[in-house]
Amino acid sequence: MSGDSAASAPGQPGTRAERPVGRKTAGSRWGRLLDGGLLHGGVQGSPVIRLFMRWVRRPLLPVMRLWRRNIQLRIVVTTLLMSLGVVLLLGFVVIGQVRNGLLDAKVKASQSQATGGFTAAGQKADSAAIAAGNDSPDSDGDSVQNVGEWMSTTLGSLSSGGQGAFDVVTLSSSGAGDTRGFGPRASGGVEPTLSVPEALREKVDDGAGAAQSYTRIVYEASTGKASQPGLVIGKQVNDPYGNTYELYYLFPLTQEERSLSLVKGTLATAGLFVVVLLGAIAWLVVRQVVTPVRMAAGIAERLSAGRLQERMKVTGEDDIARLGEAFNKMAQNLQLKISQLEDLSRMQRRFVSDVSHELRTPLTTVRMAADVIHEARVDFDPVTARSAELLADQLDRFESLLADLLEISRFDAGAAALEAEPIDLREVVRRVVSGAEPLAERKGTQIRVVGDQQPVVAEADARRVERVLRNLVVNAVEHGEGKDVVVKLAAAGGAVAVAVRDYGVGLKPGEATRVFSRFWRADPARARTTGGTGLGLSIALEDARLHGGWLQAWGEPGGGSQFRLTLPRTADEPLRGSPIPLEPKDSRRNRGLSDAGLPLGGSSKLATVPAQASGDTSQVRAPIGLRPSGATPSADPTALPGSGARVVPRPTGGTRPPADEAEDAEETEDQPSQDGTEQHEQGEAFRGR
Amino acid sequence: MKGRVLVVDDDTALAEMLGIVLRGEGFEPSFVADGDKALAAFREAKPDLVLLDLMLPGRDGIEVCRLIRAESGVPIVMLTAKSDTVDVVVGLESGADDYIVKPFKPKELVARIRARLRRSEEPAPEQLAIGDLVIDVAGHSVKRDGMSIALTPLEFDLLVALARKPWQVFTREVLLEQVWGYRHAADTRLVNVHVQRLRSKVEKDPERPEIVVTVRGVGYKAGPS
Repeated sequence: MSGDSAASAPGQPGTRAERPVGRKTAGSRWGRLLDGGLLHGGVQGSPVIRLFMRWVRRPLLPVMRLWRRNIQLRIVVTTLLMSLGVVLLLGFVVIGQVRNGLLDAKVKASQSQATGGFTAAGQKADSAAIAAGNDSPDSDGDSVQNVGEWMSTTLGSLSSGGQGAFDVVTLSSSGAGDTRGFGPRASGGVEPTLSVPEALREKVDDGAGAAQSYTRIVYEASTGKASQPGLVIGKQVNDPYGNTYELYYLFPLTQEERSLSLVKGTLATAGLFVVVLLGAIAWLVVRQVVTPVRMAAGIAERLSAGRLQERMKVTGEDDIARLGEAFNKMAQNLQLKISQLEDLSRMQRRFVSDVSHELRTPLTTVRMAADVIHEARVDFDPVTARSAELLADQLDRFESLLADLLEISRFDAGAAALEAEPIDLREVVRRVVSGAEPLAERKGTQIRVVGDQQPVVAEADARRVERVLRNLVVNAVEHGEGKDVVVKLAAAGGAVAVAVRDYGVGLKPGEATRVFSRFWRADPARARTTGGTGLGLSIALEDARLHGGWLQAWGEPGGGSQFRLTLPRTADEPLRGSPIPLEPKDSRRNRGLSDAGLPLGGSSKLATVPAQASGDTSQVRAPIGLRPSGATPSADPTALPGSGARVVPRPTGGTRPPADEAEDAEETEDQPSQDGTEQHEQGEAFRGR
Repeated sequence: MKGRVLVVDDDTALAEMLGIVLRGEGFEPSFVADGDKALAAFREAKPDLVLLDLMLPGRDGIEVCRLIRAESGVPIVMLTAKSDTVDVVVGLESGADDYIVKPFKPKELVARIRARLRRSEEPAPEQLAIGDLVIDVAGHSVKRDGMSIALTPLEFDLLVALARKPWQVFTREVLLEQVWGYRHAADTRLVNVHVQRLRSKVEKDPERPEIVVTVRGVGYKAGPS
């Protein structure tokens, strides 16, 4: 295969496929929006309704937030609502039964009273008729007057039976004129027509017998009595002359209503108390459980913030106490482990510092002595003179090795500190490039800088970034076989990136991860001649990681390689992508795509890469030719991770539509498998320094 | 060129080697191996420059540096095996003008020493003003309202470099080159620490500097006169 590239640890090859950040997250954001909408009762209707719902929902958001976050509130409110429901149900049932009980007795008593009354009225009419028959009615006017008198007397005698217990009303039958003296009459100051409902009158008019109804008894204004609820029973009866009139008994229900409202009031008070008390009980009970949980949460937060001496208060032996004990035990173990690790780290740092001093002082002496000897070598015989040269050269190497080792152990001990301040990476690149010029001239390489029109500013440690870039540029020149080296700068979103591209020997599949391994050598036979400690890229990787950035490699055998450093624009901001795609646009695979596998023409830059430079070109081409035209093998998803590993053409690799591919190349944002640094596990390459 | 150099180092081999190199370059080295005796040796030898190892028996290098600085502005170059920020900054804050990390090449050491001694060559008479300060370059004095302010030679050089071109913003790299004599970019912490020290002496309120003004993201410049 033609290429490959950097980075995941062998154990966990970037199992997560690289994904272009923008597109995918946009999709999932939609999904979340929908979920959210549905969850919160979102309306999928017209935009107007949706807007309205949003407008309604906005002021409720804090409440909903509290609701979601506060389990105590949730339980108390639920308890309140449920007990309220139960109390209401209970109240209705009880009140219904009490009302029925009260009224049944009253109605029966009233009915028998009224029946008695009706019978009495009938008897009075009969006896009056007999008397009248004897008296022989002579004139109409007389009879009318007599009927009126008789009615009044009857009313009086009927109502006298129940002083206050009931009142009696007589009304003329409908259709009959008032002229015959059947005008409305009532006892006890009752307003006759208003107190008897129309519906009942119609029923009574039918003459079917006694009929009853509930009503409000209205009194004449002169009596000053307020209206009251009542039961009215009415019947059509005959007067002494055989004409019908309506006789009504009105029974006030004030007593019953009073009893009922008393019961209602009692029930309501009791119900309210029960609901409030249940709420309070629920609050208390939940508090007992929630308080320790909240305490545990608070203490866990403080623990994770570094206050390791925090502990829960434990009282009693219940489950909560067991939780507390277990929690405290955990915290104690954590504290122990952390302090052990801290001790270890401190010891290591101390050791490094001591070794550093102890080694460096004699080394300084040796170094100076060697230099003095070296200066004087012209006076020596050839053997001694050559020895002096070797001594000086190897001392240089020894020194840089020692320096790198100490630097690495500083990283390992966690003693490396970032001194970030806003820097313009163009300055750093300029310094690095000018520093590498002498070497580039020796190798016949031209270093070009691309993308330095605008400032590329990031919060970074200039010293470390410069060290990383120097390393990358020197590596590129040393391995570039005299071809151009392109340093590309870019900034986008929250990230800045510098990519160093060379067109030299490149990397074999799998090497992109291994270049970062300590003392790793691409080609053991060749490596010795180029010097370097074998720690350069490892240190560079650690430097990048210290910034919260990525250092990734890509390469294809014979097609050169690209190393990309991505840094967050502000320190402590997690990286989400890189402005520069890891695989350069002029990689063979990308060119193969655009030119259907034909050896490209193209720009002068491309021309610097002889397509047939290495023997394996045919090997590279073959898979490209085999590809079905519709689908292009793309990077192997498992190799794409932020880890940066990207194995170039793979006939069996996952396929992606070309459009996708192009976009990928254009705005690739490599999503690292974890936090963007994890994946470079154990990098360290020989191609150092 | 004057060239008395006091080497304060407890490692006899290194001290001897330093002596060989320094003599080879035309300096007159004298030696002291103990921190406690360093100050007495300094008074006796009256060196033009002190090479000071940070790790010493008795008083450590930081303390010695402070004591020497208390009574003299003579250039002090620290020899340190530690390049960690904390160590370097503590050393510089205690009064050292420059530092060199072991192991170093003899040429590097000599270049630093020469850079520190070079300024002793007689400058042309020149009067400069920066803020409300008046600088007499030849007379090596800085005065505010007639009151003279004591500066070490290095601090003086730093102030003069800024005052000569009040319209220019100096990057730390440029200052390293002009004041310290580094040809290549070196540790910019040197500049930061010395600007702080200079400010503590010449500013009325070091928290709100008016003489040496920071230009964020670029460097420093002289305040308006």
